[in-house]
Amino acid sequence: MRFLRDSFIVFRRQLRMNLRNPAWVIIGALQPVLYLLLFGPLLTPLVDQFGVDNAYTFFVPGLLVQLGIFGAFFAGFSLIGEWREGVIEAERVTPASRTALLVGRLGRDVLQLFVQALILVALGYVMGMNASIQGLAIGVVLTLLIGGACAAASNALALTTKSEDVMAPVINMVMMPVLLLSGILLPMTIGPQWLQDASEFMPIRHVVDAVRGSFVGDFAMSTMMWGTVWTLLLFGLALWWGTRTFRKENA
Amino acid sequence: MIHARGLVKTFQTRQGREKTEVEAVAGVDLDIAEGEVVGFLGPNGAGKTTTLRMLTTLLRPTAGEATVAGYDVVRDAVQVRRSIGYVSQTGGTFSGARAGEEVMDHGMLYGRSRKEVEARGRELFAQLELDGLWNRMPKTMSGGQKRRLDIVMGLIHEPTLVFLDEPTTGLDPQARANLWQHIADLRRRRGATVFLTTHYLDEADALSDRIMIIDRGRIVAADTSENLKAQVAGDLVDLEIVDESQRAIAVEKLGSIAEPPRHGLPGVEVDGTHVRARLQRAGRAIPGLLRDLDRSSIALDSIEVHRPTLDDVFLTLTGRSLRDAEDAAEAAAAAGDPDVPDPAEAPTGDSSAAPAHDETHAYTRTGADQ
Repeated sequence: MRFLRDSFIVFRRQLRMNLRNPAWVIIGALQPVLYLLLFGPLLTPLVDQFGVDNAYTFFVPGLLVQLGIFGAFFAGFSLIGEWREGVIEAERVTPASRTALLVGRLGRDVLQLFVQALILVALGYVMGMNASIQGLAIGVVLTLLIGGACAAASNALALTTKSEDVMAPVINMVMMPVLLLSGILLPMTIGPQWLQDASEFMPIRHVVDAVRGSFVGDFAMSTMMWGTVWTLLLFGLALWWGTRTFRKENA
Repeated sequence: MIHARGLVKTFQTRQGREKTEVEAVAGVDLDIAEGEVVGFLGPNGAGKTTTLRMLTTLLRPTAGEATVAGYDVVRDAVQVRRSIGYVSQTGGTFSGARAGEEVMDHGMLYGRSRKEVEARGRELFAQLELDGLWNRMPKTMSGGQKRRLDIVMGLIHEPTLVFLDEPTTGLDPQARANLWQHIADLRRRRGATVFLTTHYLDEADALSDRIMIIDRGRIVAADTSENLKAQVAGDLVDLEIVDESQRAIAVEKLGSIAEPPRHGLPGVEVDGTHVRARLQRAGRAIPGLLRDLDRSSIALDSIEVHRPTLDDVFLTLTGRSLRDAEDAAEAAAAAGDPDVPDPAEAPTGDSSAAPAHDETHAYTRTGADQ
């Protein structure tokens, strides 16, 4: 109970600060919208090669995961600002649970992601996406979990590096292979075999496949299972890392 | 209220590929009674902040043990946190948030209700002269206002033990004097026990019932300001003679009644027309000295008596002045010297020591006939 209350206090404070400066929220929401509007039409003539009926039914799930990963990975930047101003230390000297200090922040990131996901899905429908409500709900939940995992990792990275200058290249270094090997923009199946094999080792690819599968109502056991397992595993690992960092002496 | 035995903290620092272990706090024992205001004085890098961070549960001691408000800082960390208020060097409010909301959120993390923390917060704003700033952002506040807001954050849950880390660093003299009043109020109004770290001699002198001097991770003295000063060999008497050729005689006269050199303090010092030495009870010795100088026809431009300062105490105890220690610490930090014992204690504001608080009694003479 106490944990939930502390998490909520931190969540509300973070949300208030975000609403006071919504530039990042707007930029974050605009990015997938631009992808959808400016990149989506390029996919339309290629859908036959992908083996799907509709370009947007293929593309929106990928964009959702991209939004979850990329948007959330930048969450740590605001934490560095808070750390610099002594906010983290002031919170750590209260009796509040360290996990609550992280979970409150993740709550803000996940809510922001949820709103962005709603915008994206609504726009996807407008542009002709064809997805079942049930599949869509599962896909969004997986996206929120993977987004939460990335936000937790980003917060942990922020408190470890304590420098925007270090964090930005690290995020870029991680994100580039994730974007290219997870089939977010184009399906890996159209690539050469070696590239497909390489992408098997990219956990996010399985998450993208699962979200994509749920959108088209294909709940094939192995795809969904691997996607869900990876999502939960990454979420658990990132939460553990984040909490450990908040607990650490020099946080 | 605070008891520590053999508190040690070591850090790993890395220079290139080489790892070095630095002992920031090298075995601190301390006992602080309820209602005491204790100043923890030392140069940058002495181990002040590291000690304070161990006592406030932010750092885990490498060795030793400590209890704060009756709770062990490692085993009962949550109970310690409930019992203490902490004002760090960096503050604790986000510059882009509203001051009142920050204070309320902070208070609620102590389990207090929203209504309770709002009433308490507004009361503290009034007491600390922050009226009308409830909805202001800290980034628009002056340094003094911001520091008082930090103190409000530390007091929002009504702790009886308050830790203040370098509370006036970076403030202008007027804001410092104002903040001192508020810190003094903490005990007068609330009976709070206050543990404050400072590298300002005058701050420790003005605010503390008792001063603990820390140098290179060890407490080298702990007593009242007066008792510490009494350990220093006498008052400093500074004679300014008119005729430099008479300097040798002045040195002899002053030297005959001066304290011998010891504990790093020199005997008779000569600097141009100035002759200085330490005398026990200078007030009593000076009339005789003046008569003696008069008989030898030595004309004086001035004579000044300086009461011992805490810098003299530091010099006596460590063989170097507090300001020299600060300079050495800063130079070593700039050069990346691992000897700087406290990585947690990087200066965040004005790191120069304030002028030492000394009581100067000056008598001016224009000739030997007086």
